[in-house]
Amino acid sequence: MLPELGHFALILAMLLALLQAFFGIAGPALGRDRWVSATISAVAGQFVMVATAVGCLVLSFVNFDFSVRYVAENSNTALPLFYRIAALWGAHEGSLLLWILLLACWTVAVAIGTTRLPPRFAARVLGVLGFLSFGFLLFTLVTSNPFLRIEPPPADGVDLNPLLQDPGLATHPPVLYTGYVGLAVAFAFAGAAMLEGRTDPIWARWTRPWATAAWAFLTCGITLGARWSYYTLGWGGYWAWDPVENASFMPWLVATALIHSLAVTDKRGLFKSWTLLLAIVGFSMSLVGTFLVRSGVIVSVHSFAADPTRGTAILIFLCIAIGTALALYAWRAPTLRSTGGFELTARESFLLFNNVLLVIAAATVFGGTMAPLIAATLGQGALSVGAPYFRPTFLLPILPLLALLSIGIHANWKRGRLADSRRTLLATLVLACAFALAVVLGAFAGRHVLSVVGVALGAWIILSSLVDPIDRWRRKLTVSRALVGMTLAHVGLAVVVIAISVVESFTVERDIALGAGESARVGAYDFRLIGVHPVVGPNYSAERGEVVVSRHGRVVTTLYPEKREYWVRQQVGTAAGIKNEYGTDLFVALGDDLGAGRWSLRAQIRPLILLLWLGPALMALGGFCALSDRRYGAARATAGAAESAPSAAKERTA
Amino acid sequence: MRGLRASSARTRALGLEARRWPARAWAAFTPLVVTLLLWSAAPALAVDPAQMPNPQLEARYVTLIHEFRCPVCQNETLADSNEDVAGEVRRQIRTMLLAGKSDDQIRDYLVSRYSEFILFKPEYSLRNAWLWLLPVVLLALGIIVALRIIRARAALVDQDDQIVDTGESATRG
Amino acid sequence: MNTNVDTHLGTPAPAGADPSSRTESHSSTTAGADANASPDSKPSFNRFLIPIVTFALIAVVLAVGIKHSGDVGVIHSPLIGKPAPAWNLPLLADASRMIGSKNLQGRWYVLNVWGTWCYACRDEQPALLAIAHSSPIPIIGVDWRDDDAQARNWLAQLGDPYATVATDHDGHMAIDWGVYGAPETFLVNPAGLVVFKQIGAMTPEVWRREFLSRLPAELAGRSS
Repeated sequence: MLPELGHFALILAMLLALLQAFFGIAGPALGRDRWVSATISAVAGQFVMVATAVGCLVLSFVNFDFSVRYVAENSNTALPLFYRIAALWGAHEGSLLLWILLLACWTVAVAIGTTRLPPRFAARVLGVLGFLSFGFLLFTLVTSNPFLRIEPPPADGVDLNPLLQDPGLATHPPVLYTGYVGLAVAFAFAGAAMLEGRTDPIWARWTRPWATAAWAFLTCGITLGARWSYYTLGWGGYWAWDPVENASFMPWLVATALIHSLAVTDKRGLFKSWTLLLAIVGFSMSLVGTFLVRSGVIVSVHSFAADPTRGTAILIFLCIAIGTALALYAWRAPTLRSTGGFELTARESFLLFNNVLLVIAAATVFGGTMAPLIAATLGQGALSVGAPYFRPTFLLPILPLLALLSIGIHANWKRGRLADSRRTLLATLVLACAFALAVVLGAFAGRHVLSVVGVALGAWIILSSLVDPIDRWRRKLTVSRALVGMTLAHVGLAVVVIAISVVESFTVERDIALGAGESARVGAYDFRLIGVHPVVGPNYSAERGEVVVSRHGRVVTTLYPEKREYWVRQQVGTAAGIKNEYGTDLFVALGDDLGAGRWSLRAQIRPLILLLWLGPALMALGGFCALSDRRYGAARATAGAAESAPSAAKERTA
Repeated sequence: MRGLRASSARTRALGLEARRWPARAWAAFTPLVVTLLLWSAAPALAVDPAQMPNPQLEARYVTLIHEFRCPVCQNETLADSNEDVAGEVRRQIRTMLLAGKSDDQIRDYLVSRYSEFILFKPEYSLRNAWLWLLPVVLLALGIIVALRIIRARAALVDQDDQIVDTGESATRG
Repeated sequence: MNTNVDTHLGTPAPAGADPSSRTESHSSTTAGADANASPDSKPSFNRFLIPIVTFALIAVVLAVGIKHSGDVGVIHSPLIGKPAPAWNLPLLADASRMIGSKNLQGRWYVLNVWGTWCYACRDEQPALLAIAHSSPIPIIGVDWRDDDAQARNWLAQLGDPYATVATDHDGHMAIDWGVYGAPETFLVNPAGLVVFKQIGAMTPEVWRREFLSRLPAELAGRSS
């Protein structure tokens, strides 16, 4: 009964989404104000229906309803409650439902948050979102219905993939998808602006908080994924340039460019058509990413089950959504003109380079990810692209970007007046280099050039970002949330850069074979195996090792790596023992039983990896702080570029 | 502890697509790969403490096994893969290193058996030129375009009397 | 003063853009006081079509990807058309005797890599038996990383389609032939060149379509 109810709710949701799209777009176009106000009702209805459907599926999981095929494929009587609920998005059909749910949530948020905007514009935004919801719901109902039944129902399910039975499953997909789907809001704002034929840049100010929110969620989502793969896959890797990972990274790069471009459009009315294009491209990347993950066209550890029919259906939806948006763009963009000017050293100039470099990075990652497909199209043989390609080609635009950040943050709008900051620039640069050399040569006794460059760039960004806020604070001026947010985000980025530079250069990894009581030296630490004994978990049995780690004879910690065998799927999984000591991870994973009490182990020392998780947290925090600035709350419905009383303050905030 | 196992009779009875045991998450591979299930009595996990006789060889070995793709895995290196085939190829590399082969000879050997697919780094060849030149070309184009725009905008600065609202107040707040 | 400046100046070009359309010369690119009230609509229209054209190309690539998606992850053997690597392995029946490429020179043969641990090998056994009955081409089995006694039992139970079975205990020969999973089946011609490689289970369909079609008429004709 419940699955049928859920199925029915989905169908209703799809119809309501169609109504939402219709009212939202046709209403303003035809001047029918009743339709315009009906859009909100459609939004509410769609959300209720989607929530009902999700609720039905969750209850089916909780109640062990194995007559539902999706439940049978992804759970089991021995599966703990927590994972039964999270299993909702453990495979393709359910994760699509999650997409749809989050899209409905964002739509409701937009409906609430745009009440002070011109109603026709707001309706158009909701209309575009409705069209997207309709597309996804149609696709789900036709090709990926999670409510299909199995006759006769099996006695037990085949269990959730053991690699997914981890708290990471509860957080990574929902947060990541929130970001992915959030970019649809910026897409919808762009769409509404184009449909209306708006030439003034006020829509950019309206869009900024939404784009920033989506970006912040995407930052968190990607980081959660990196951390999950780091501790769950046994070998301590956090980024493999895997196509599915790239599929989440490309929208992030474009979203970063977008939030910076929106700042210029908001402040100066410049780059209007470019910002429009970025808003379209950002969500398009999300859609293409969805396609890549679910259609089976690429080789990836993260991809869902391959199915060419699904792939074709997504591709058709892609073409309609993106094609329409880009066609609108080709039609409207020529009408957007701007009259502002700025100097070479102005803030606008630096933001222009920011955009150019970020887009180049995104295009490079895109090219590399699609390379096997492109080679196939050109009739060439197999082309395999991995980290050795992405590392140097990604760094090419990113290193200059990081350097320009430290310089550009001192630049004023319109007239850069960088000469005023010459001494600050020099001082911060020298300090940063000194710091980097001290860290690399001193703390790590290393001689990698790239690590010095990386740490120096990161340190320079931190110092440069702090100059203005500290200066304002000392002069007892207001430090707005936007400024604090911006500073936090840039500092967070710098922390990530430092972390990656150190981790990539100074990680120590060794495979060792130990018997009980034996120890081996890894880096500056000694790893001693006490023993390995069997343990039993809720749905697995495991061999658990006890490894004592010490440094200079003093015990630092004890680690408990496990090698698990899950009963239902008879699949082996490893749980590494990790402990963080002052920012450095001590990492050990069990390998093979070599017999006679000897085991092989993989031990790693990963210095400063804690910063790799803290940095993005700072970035996201900065994003949320910035978007809560009161300026965004007061929506000004007046057309025209923002103009206000002249301010004697240095014109430096984005 | 047994190695990776084949799908149980139960999954087949359910009429479900038999799943292969990936070393990483979110999987169900194509039916083709499903027919290549390996079920070995002696699992070859990626953790491999066998040492080479001297540090240079060890260093070369470690670098090499990170350079190649595991032929059956979805996007894992030889170093990280638990598959038996990966273990076989690692063993082959070790044998060749001990026999005194150079890194290039080992690379050529594997590519001649497994095609370029086994490399993670696309070769520097005319065929792949577009891939390697893409970032450089884009960068050059981007800089040129950006400078042209800036030059045009810079000429407008003096005529532009728009006052910029920075949002930061000049007074105490 | 309101200067109408061409959007060309205010808009950085989209990524992946076609350079030729961006460098079109335009009389109003010289910035300055001279207002270009009605710019030539054609060139500026070209620029904004770049994104949709780029997307169309990408969609084509994605569509091709779907067409090939069954092939993803399959390694197309670079040995095709090249000489088969030389090999020499002990027999399953008698480990003291060897068989190798030397013994098979000058004739067509099929080499099938299998193991008792492999489900699909079990599935393809009937097809191999049928082929063995109908065709004069010998099927040489290579038992990969397996236990001899188990292998003999297996063949006794399921039937033995092989002219002879060699055992590859350390897996060296399989790697040499670029094998990455079982079962894999090769077709080798009298000159010692690998003509075809089947990845996955053998079926009568595959035999007809890929193997028979590559055999000379008289050999193919004598098989059903």
